[in-house]
Amino acid sequence: MSNLLSVVTFLPLAGAVLIAFLNSDAKGNARWIALWTTLITFFVSLLIWYHFDKSSSGFQFVEEYAWLGPLKYKMGVDGISMLFVILTTFLMPITILASWESVEHRVKEYMIAFLVLETLMIGVFCALDLVLFYLFFEAGLIPMFLIIGVWGGKRRVYASFKFFLYTLLGSVLMLLAMMAMYWHAGTTDIPTLLNTKFPADMQWWLWLAFFASFAVKMPMWPVHTWLPDAHVEAPTGGSVILAAILLKMGGYGFLRFSLPMFPIASEQLAPLVFTLSIVAIIYTSLVALVQEDIKKLIAYSSVAHMGFVTMGIFTASQQGVDGAIFQMLSHGIVSAALFLCVGVVYDRMHTREIAAYGGLVERMPKYALAFMVFTMANVGLPGTSGFVGEFLTLLAAFKANSWVAIFATTGVILSAAYALYLYRRVIFGDLVKPSLKGLLDLSPREIAILAPLVVLTIFYGVYPAPVLDVTAASVKNLVQNYEAAVKPAAALLAP
Amino acid sequence: MDLSLIAPVLPEVILALGAMALLMFGAFSPEGEATARSAGWLAIAVLFAAAIALVTSTPAGAAFDGVFLSDGLTTFLKVLILIAAALTLLLTFDDFGRAKVMLFEYPVLVLLATLGMLMMVSANDLIALYLGLELQSLALYVIAAFKRDDVKSSEAGLKYFVLGALSSGMLLYGASMLYGVTGSTGYGAIAAAVKADGMTQNIGLIVGLVFVLVGLAFKISAVPFHMWTPDVYEGAPTPVTAFFAGAPKVAAMALLIRFTQGALPVAATQWQQIIVFLSIASMVLGAFAAIGQTNIKRLMAYSSIGHVGFALVGLAANNAEGTSGVLTYLAIYVAMTLGTFACILSMRRGDKNIEDISELAGLAKTDLRFATILAILMFSLAGIPPLAGFWAKWYAFLPAIKAGLYPLAIIGVVASVIGAFYYLRIIKIMFFDEAAAPFEAVESKALFVMALSVAFVLAFSLPFIGGAVGDAATAAAASIMPVVP
Repeated sequence: MSNLLSVVTFLPLAGAVLIAFLNSDAKGNARWIALWTTLITFFVSLLIWYHFDKSSSGFQFVEEYAWLGPLKYKMGVDGISMLFVILTTFLMPITILASWESVEHRVKEYMIAFLVLETLMIGVFCALDLVLFYLFFEAGLIPMFLIIGVWGGKRRVYASFKFFLYTLLGSVLMLLAMMAMYWHAGTTDIPTLLNTKFPADMQWWLWLAFFASFAVKMPMWPVHTWLPDAHVEAPTGGSVILAAILLKMGGYGFLRFSLPMFPIASEQLAPLVFTLSIVAIIYTSLVALVQEDIKKLIAYSSVAHMGFVTMGIFTASQQGVDGAIFQMLSHGIVSAALFLCVGVVYDRMHTREIAAYGGLVERMPKYALAFMVFTMANVGLPGTSGFVGEFLTLLAAFKANSWVAIFATTGVILSAAYALYLYRRVIFGDLVKPSLKGLLDLSPREIAILAPLVVLTIFYGVYPAPVLDVTAASVKNLVQNYEAAVKPAAALLAP
Repeated sequence: MDLSLIAPVLPEVILALGAMALLMFGAFSPEGEATARSAGWLAIAVLFAAAIALVTSTPAGAAFDGVFLSDGLTTFLKVLILIAAALTLLLTFDDFGRAKVMLFEYPVLVLLATLGMLMMVSANDLIALYLGLELQSLALYVIAAFKRDDVKSSEAGLKYFVLGALSSGMLLYGASMLYGVTGSTGYGAIAAAVKADGMTQNIGLIVGLVFVLVGLAFKISAVPFHMWTPDVYEGAPTPVTAFFAGAPKVAAMALLIRFTQGALPVAATQWQQIIVFLSIASMVLGAFAAIGQTNIKRLMAYSSIGHVGFALVGLAANNAEGTSGVLTYLAIYVAMTLGTFACILSMRRGDKNIEDISELAGLAKTDLRFATILAILMFSLAGIPPLAGFWAKWYAFLPAIKAGLYPLAIIGVVASVIGAFYYLRIIKIMFFDEAAAPFEAVESKALFVMALSVAFVLAFSLPFIGGAVGDAATAAAASIMPVVP
């Protein structure tokens, strides 16, 4: 009971080890073991959620053991990380199912890579030690590099290298900042560091170093260029995980480190983040408008949506942070679903070019329905989960700086433009291309994958309270500490 | 005779007697590979005996009037050297057997080189330093040219000899300057003299310091004294290269630690800037120059240059954590390098060793186990967590941040990202490219070393491996750099 977090973190790894001992031609077994492992992991994480105390703002299920030298193996979750753990464990079985038929060669290694990746992703959200966090954060590059490189598309080598080196460069600077924090505070324990007050000038440098890492991971304009490449070349499962979870690590990092640990720097540098966010929202939306490749379009829309997240986080208000978390969660579901939808037609047609499609509604009505729900959620239509996050972040931004909100709102309009334009070109129109005439609608497996995502998209759009309840206490605590730290500094600066 | 006088040198005595005995054994046995193989196994046994004597019954203390030192630091480094020497010797048998150069002299020379390295590690005097260094170097010159019918091997031996002799000369010149200004060759006396006279600005001292450091930088192949490394690595027979990449680097780094922190702690600001420069230059050149390499042995040469640069980051910090960081770095580096060279030795088609990186193409399809092992080692060399290579960088950069060497640390981590590119390229060739013709099956001895190395690299994050190595390094460093709270 006390080690539940370690169990949920390392269960997938155990599954991977099990698969490693299988015969290399045992494709079916590898798939089933991977599916069962991820399902059991999901149920264990639900058990954690069930026992999670929503009224507490502190870390729960804490485990602490001696590790290397002064470092501790320390795990724990609060309201913010809890959701990301559930999101990860929820999406993994779906990802495995989505790769059931589309991945035909090296199935065993594929499943191992994904299970290892799951362990590392859950670890990122549970780690309560800086170095442990870095370990999980950075180690995720290895399986993702292989997933893109081995099972990816034509330009997979370029994409995998770009992904790896970009992310690594950001992260090593964060590593140095972590070392500086260790020497300043004498510990790498995250709860202790949350209560450590770093000198204002030191905060600047630390903030910038962490920003380098998380901005690349997020990704924020102008360091987003690895994302479209990685998304386009990755296999469907890889794109899903990349969009739904790996990007969220950046936002999680901002919430866990930048905002609470370096509040003074966060306040001073918030205009920078706002500017970059607005550029991301408007510029990448415009870029998305002219894409010829479905995956690339969704990738650029991801960058735009992440712009709302960074904007919300750095308003450092209850609505803003709540909205950012909700936006991340919603984007995790919706972008995953959109990539799965692309995967569905890609498996049939083996092309991602928008021009190759058209009139799919005639042959695939169920698919058209599911795709529509996700498109609407991507636009941020009220009644879908996409709306709640965007609305809350815009509300918070309006309070913080109304110009920011005004510019960001144009992004909502642009997102409607590119998403609906995509939908029209793929789904509507006349079914003239002969290659499309033999298409089959969703198979039962594909329905099983997409149905839970449709349900959640609408459910959270109508009733977002379950998510906001979990985060409320932790976010409130975060915002209060932030304001307490910023106020005296502001008072000093005032004449 | 009072045996306790030579108790601190027991491992060296074992090695010296073992080398003599093996020489006799070889001379009076029938000529042939069988004798050589027995000599090889016996040499490994001698190395183990020395290691056991070292760990169990060698007391801390000085011998020969303080010229020879035995303490925590020497024990740590000597164990590392003995393990590296034994494992590389193990890798030699099959390769030399195929090339018909498995002669009994080889194990003897390795023993003598190892003896020289142990002397280097324990040297507490400029004369002892030079003696150990030359014993090691002379043995190494010979084994670099051990495939005497092979032009490249002979060239490597000659090149190594000429440049090595030059650097030894510089070192001797610097040592004589130091003797001139301080009046002593013992580290303790030098340190006392420098401190007493406040002569840190003395031009003789500075020149002497620079020349000695140049000589040592040559031995660890730090930039700009690295030119010999790629050629010698490429030309020497692969098992010999594996030996060069491991133990001698450790021994030379030990000299550097002892010389800077033991003999010249007062002149720290003087040597620190030299070390910082060597470190930056090695890291950056190691990262950039390796990108264009097509021969895997040359690539590993540049990789080792880069890694020396990273290890020097810890030394540049000049604090207890830094010295401990260098030691941890060396232990991890040796483990990774040995595994990698075991892989390189396994790149064979028929009786021919393959050294071209592009021949690794699609190895994951033809031999997944081999490809996975090499990939793990490459990720580790690139410093990606949770593998040991990450911890090496962690322990090297942490003290540098404490010492406030921020530019050095930033340049270092950026260089490590650039360096990651060429390690990734090897993984890319193995995993993403179309398969080339398969290699021969991996031999059991090479597989043993590969498995050992990978197990260490993978399990380093566990407390009983990484924690144990870290604690041992901390304890070892405490014997030269007292911990300042």
